Amino acid sequence: MEKWENNKAWFLVLPVFIIVAFSAIIPLMTVVNYSLQDIWGPGQQVFVGIEWFEEMLANERLQDALWRQFLFSGLVLLIEIPLGILIALAMPKRGWGVSASLVTLAVPLLIPWNVIGTIWIIFTRPDIGLFGVTINSLGIAFDHTARPLDAWITTMLMEVWHWTPLVVLLAYAGLRAIPEAYYQAARIDGASVWATFRYIQLPKMRGVLTIAVLLRWMDSFLIYAEPFALTGGGPGNATTFLSIYLVKIATGQFDLGPAAAFSLIYFLIILLFSFIFYQALLNVGKGDK
Amino acid sequence: MGLSLKHIDRIVGGERHLKDINLNFESGSRNVLLGRTLAGKTSILRILAGLDRPTHGRITIDGKDVTGVSVRKRSIAMVYQQFINYPSLTVYNNIASPLNVSGMDDAEIDRRVRETARMLHIEPLLDRLPAELSGGQQQRTAIARALIKDTQLLLLDEPLVNLDYKLREELRVELQEIFQQREAIVVYTTTEPTEALMLGGNIVVIDEGCVLQTGPTPKVYRHPETSKVAEIFSDPPINYLRGSAEDRHARLEENIKIPLTGHLEGLPNGKYLFGLRSNHLFLSRTKEDDTEFKSTVELAEINGSETFVHIRHNGTSLVVQENGIHTRKIGSEISIFMNPCHLFVFDETGSRVASPVEDAHNHR
Repeated sequence: MEKWENNKAWFLVLPVFIIVAFSAIIPLMTVVNYSLQDIWGPGQQVFVGIEWFEEMLANERLQDALWRQFLFSGLVLLIEIPLGILIALAMPKRGWGVSASLVTLAVPLLIPWNVIGTIWIIFTRPDIGLFGVTINSLGIAFDHTARPLDAWITTMLMEVWHWTPLVVLLAYAGLRAIPEAYYQAARIDGASVWATFRYIQLPKMRGVLTIAVLLRWMDSFLIYAEPFALTGGGPGNATTFLSIYLVKIATGQFDLGPAAAFSLIYFLIILLFSFIFYQALLNVGKGDK
Repeated sequence: MGLSLKHIDRIVGGERHLKDINLNFESGSRNVLLGRTLAGKTSILRILAGLDRPTHGRITIDGKDVTGVSVRKRSIAMVYQQFINYPSLTVYNNIASPLNVSGMDDAEIDRRVRETARMLHIEPLLDRLPAELSGGQQQRTAIARALIKDTQLLLLDEPLVNLDYKLREELRVELQEIFQQREAIVVYTTTEPTEALMLGGNIVVIDEGCVLQTGPTPKVYRHPETSKVAEIFSDPPINYLRGSAEDRHARLEENIKIPLTGHLEGLPNGKYLFGLRSNHLFLSRTKEDDTEFKSTVELAEINGSETFVHIRHNGTSLVVQENGIHTRKIGSEISIFMNPCHLFVFDETGSRVASPVEDAHNHR
């Protein structure tokens, strides 16, 4: 019954399959391969099973980096999502102000990531930086190269400055898509500003906010270039996030096996949490009383 | 209670949306605002609701000026063309939402929600979210939301336009019954003459921001004051034939000769615009004194259980409404019949000179 003609569709899928194979499947499987072997040099390797995984999971420095990473990404979401929504709500709805604010907001998104780190190094330098000098002249000691808390504050400020505009743009697009009639209906019902936000704007923004949360979660969990340029992971290990630590192992110490095992764990964590966020946001706020 | 609009103008960004609108609405009256898209129907509704302030003019309720009173303090409910419900609330809570603000006790709210839901046949859907409903059910929910509160003013802005044909028919009939039980002033906008006729009550014909004619719906249909009103209040559009009257006869489109009898008797000589609704052009002789003329078929369009035959006669396009479904060969020559007793006559400025007498012929 199954005719050859019926299977022609496979040929149509083939190009996509080949592209995905080279762009994702083969590199990923190479990493899987590395993670199961101990490699000394070209052609010198031995199969070690899940030894690297066990070693990595038990590694205290990795655990520290992991918790640091969770704290960082958690703070990013807690600050950037509400802030982004607030700014979007405050943005002008018509006139020249729309394009002006959109362009201003887009500026941080257009700057290369390592340049952002450099900008912030200069900006926060205690001797010449605008921010560093200002804050020090107020009598507050501030130095992100020496004090862990200051390094964190600077990194957070940089991250929020860099990426909140993305959340704003998404939220703004969501808000603009709400038909005017919804606001009229709310006015006729006598709904307050808060009720209008809670029952019209927020539910209507659900789709774009889901994307914003997922993007900011993944991106902040993978953060590398900006803190690497700004603090290099220090002072000490204060801002050594997962990817910075990973690069240290992989290229600094050239421990390919452990680094590969670590990468896979890293990948699974992001996948798992993205799935959890997606499921949660899909169902949140349905059938409120 | 009576609501009046007095000399209302609305100018937005230098553009005049409404021009000197004067209207009166009585309690318990059903009012249809009929006009084409962008005629100003929604602008009037928004001013009635208090969502917009008129540039000039006043709104009074029982003689009291309410022009600047905010929408929250007015007693109104509105249904929109789009299906507007709170997306995260269940149907039950959506219907209850206008009452929650009023501080009514829960048992009373529950009773009213169920009663209104029953009236609109959405009782089994109370636990669903709007996104889980069909278009018709979503609009029923929105209508229930508008009906639950006993408001002085019930505004409906083309509520059925986004529904499919069957649902529209169904809701039209139900809405008529619901409106009849209401004390409120009902104002309903539509672009469709058929819908206006079904709803009855009073009609306000609007075009380009001006009120053209008001009055009881059937009366305005039968006696449009201008050719423009007749045009807006006919679907398919009324057929116009240019012609002139000379000594007890009129000549339409040069070669159709009709006697000036009945309501046309005594028509002074001169040039006129003769109007004829598409249901008064026939493809076979219906009466002895029918006038026959030949025309070419341009298109035959089937609409429900009717066929609209588009014909061309001496360069003028006409539409003939034919009962039943028929196919016609494009370009073929056919005989058309018309009877002078159905003719509207407008002078060259578009004002009505004569309209058919209300007799048995008009009740087709």
